[in-house]
Amino acid sequence: MGLLKIATAGSVDDGKSTLIGRLLYDTKSLTTDKLEAIEKTSKQKGYDYLDFSLATDGLVAEREQGITIDVAHIYFSTGTKSYVIADTPGHVEYTRNMVTGASTSQAAIILIDARKGVIEQTNRHFFINNLLRVKEVIVAVNKMDLVDFSEAIYNAIKANFEKLMDKRDYGDQKITFVPVSALKGDNVVHSSKNMPWYTGETVLEHLEGLDMAAVSNVGTPRFPVQYVVRPKTEEFHDFRGFAGKVYGGELNVGDEVVALPSHTRSKIKDIYFYDKKYQTASRRSSVTITLEDEINVSRGDMLVKVDDLPTVEKQFTATVSWMDSQQLTAGNKYVVQHGVNKVLAKVEAIHHKINPDYSGIDENVSALGMNDIAQVSFKLNKPIFYDKFKEHRTNGSFILIDPQSNNTVGAGFIG
Amino acid sequence: MNNDTSHINPLENEAIYIFREVAAQFEKPVLLFSGGKDSITLVRLAQKAFWPAKIPFPLMHIDTGHNFPETIAFRDRLVEELGLELIVRNVQDSIDQGKVKEESGKYSSRNSLQTTTLLDAIEEFKFDACIGGARRDEEKARAKERIFSVRDDFGQWDEKSQRPELFDMLNGQIELGQNVRVFPISNWTELDVWSYIEKEKIEIPSIYFAHKRKVFLRDGLIWSHSDYVFQEEDEEVLERMVRFRTVGDMSCTAAVFSEARDIESVVQEIRDSTISERGARIDDKRSEAAMEKRKQQGYF
Repeated sequence: MGLLKIATAGSVDDGKSTLIGRLLYDTKSLTTDKLEAIEKTSKQKGYDYLDFSLATDGLVAEREQGITIDVAHIYFSTGTKSYVIADTPGHVEYTRNMVTGASTSQAAIILIDARKGVIEQTNRHFFINNLLRVKEVIVAVNKMDLVDFSEAIYNAIKANFEKLMDKRDYGDQKITFVPVSALKGDNVVHSSKNMPWYTGETVLEHLEGLDMAAVSNVGTPRFPVQYVVRPKTEEFHDFRGFAGKVYGGELNVGDEVVALPSHTRSKIKDIYFYDKKYQTASRRSSVTITLEDEINVSRGDMLVKVDDLPTVEKQFTATVSWMDSQQLTAGNKYVVQHGVNKVLAKVEAIHHKINPDYSGIDENVSALGMNDIAQVSFKLNKPIFYDKFKEHRTNGSFILIDPQSNNTVGAGFIG
Repeated sequence: MNNDTSHINPLENEAIYIFREVAAQFEKPVLLFSGGKDSITLVRLAQKAFWPAKIPFPLMHIDTGHNFPETIAFRDRLVEELGLELIVRNVQDSIDQGKVKEESGKYSSRNSLQTTTLLDAIEEFKFDACIGGARRDEEKARAKERIFSVRDDFGQWDEKSQRPELFDMLNGQIELGQNVRVFPISNWTELDVWSYIEKEKIEIPSIYFAHKRKVFLRDGLIWSHSDYVFQEEDEEVLERMVRFRTVGDMSCTAAVFSEARDIESVVQEIRDSTISERGARIDDKRSEAAMEKRKQQGYF
């Protein structure tokens, strides 16, 4: 049984929350008290159906306006997998939340309203999932009940979406189309009797069948040091452990490693997870490593294998997704947080703005506003140890922090 | 149902990572400890994050004074066994100082009064990070919560200007006076916590297991008969086999009928349950936005 993280994307009223509510309802994941609350509120609002979006829209302002404002995390479990769904808002002004939701997900569901077909927002949703290299994308053509479950309409939408796929940058993404009615429950969990022409899997069947190893982005092993464990007790007097999480492949006892930025070499002596020793530290495990030699390693440094070094540089160019109302302009200074490492950065240049609807680029841009995406180059006060985002999702990404407000104001993907 | 718990491994690794980020990014963190299953799970995860060193921050209990005695006994034993530092601050003191007013009447509870005591303690000790056992699956407003959630000088949560959290990167930069609430088990569900307690053989207070208790019934919920809980004369005291699914203040925590006397049967019972955990939290029933409102005011 694995843990699969999914992000949803769709425009306002495309029915994201309803789809999630339907997934919960049809997998019997809604508890009686929550269901009763949904029944009660649906009735109060005068609906003649159950409004499943009430299961996910948690804030007062969201219920007032009937829209999703912020990312909500929804959980359910089948016998096969545990699921975390990041329910992200569909408004243009909340693009930053979509980037946020997609950054931690291995799969995405993009909703399209069958009555509207592929619209500009769909391009944007697909662009962001592609930019973030989400491996599995389900395109759910929703509200099929409102177009008489028409196969012709579904096929036309599918053909339109496929045109977008020619423009994408990341080709390894797997795309699956499913015609659904989230409101009525067609092809979400149960196969639809209304669409006998569709013989593929339902949304849930497809998710259940995903191979967890295949949807994960594996790169080369990277071990950013989070914390140095020095117990200074009698029993562990000389213990000096480097605590962190393994990204990419795996590390083994005996591996020759280099500590960056000092480039000092040593060998992995022991790998601990809590009080037990292991031969291997596998991907995404939070272990503590000790080394054969007394070398100087502190938080923000990185251990890597000697034959597999990342780029160590004081400058880089990246695709930046800007998330703040204060604009980004050349000359501005930010904190770049790359993994657990923080350095000061100065914006050297904004090269061009990328239109996330695949309509091209804008060359002469002097500033980035909220939700803009652009190629930006930075100069750093200290080197970082990075891989390109397309080769390493973790070690190729960073966040930008405004040193004045302390807010997270942008996300970057090193190109 | 499937009893495979391997999906908890990524959750455990994620939680350990978060604990280490707290220890590295903050000057004075504290772990908010209520003696309930979630905070007990946090303690185990913190042990794992820093072993063989001790947990590098104290625990703090905001004691309403209306706790189950079993929980308090358990709390003190755990702290002693693990050699941890425990800070206790009492809601009664805030009442005595006239900072908060005791509620009265049928549904009176000290639960929301905890906020004032908590905020005062944060100021007293200058804590910059308060680690809590809240989970996003608990409640609708919790579902929107970040892992690192910034609170202002007044302890307030502004749900509309939360920092985006991308990949694994947690931004703990704050100004003096602000603090961050940290939720390492954000992505866990109630069943995940119970399965972890079973898998790790973690000890928990006895009230989580079925026992005979004096109770009375009101609004379809099972209330504990106690000096702390207001009871109408016509509300009859019964002795029933019950256990608690969630443990908070006696006045806001309802029991469930149960025969589950060990952890295996508790886990099975949760698997089979059709009622959510918060269904037994009396304070959440006050209004649809009860939790959101409390959080805006600084509730943890």
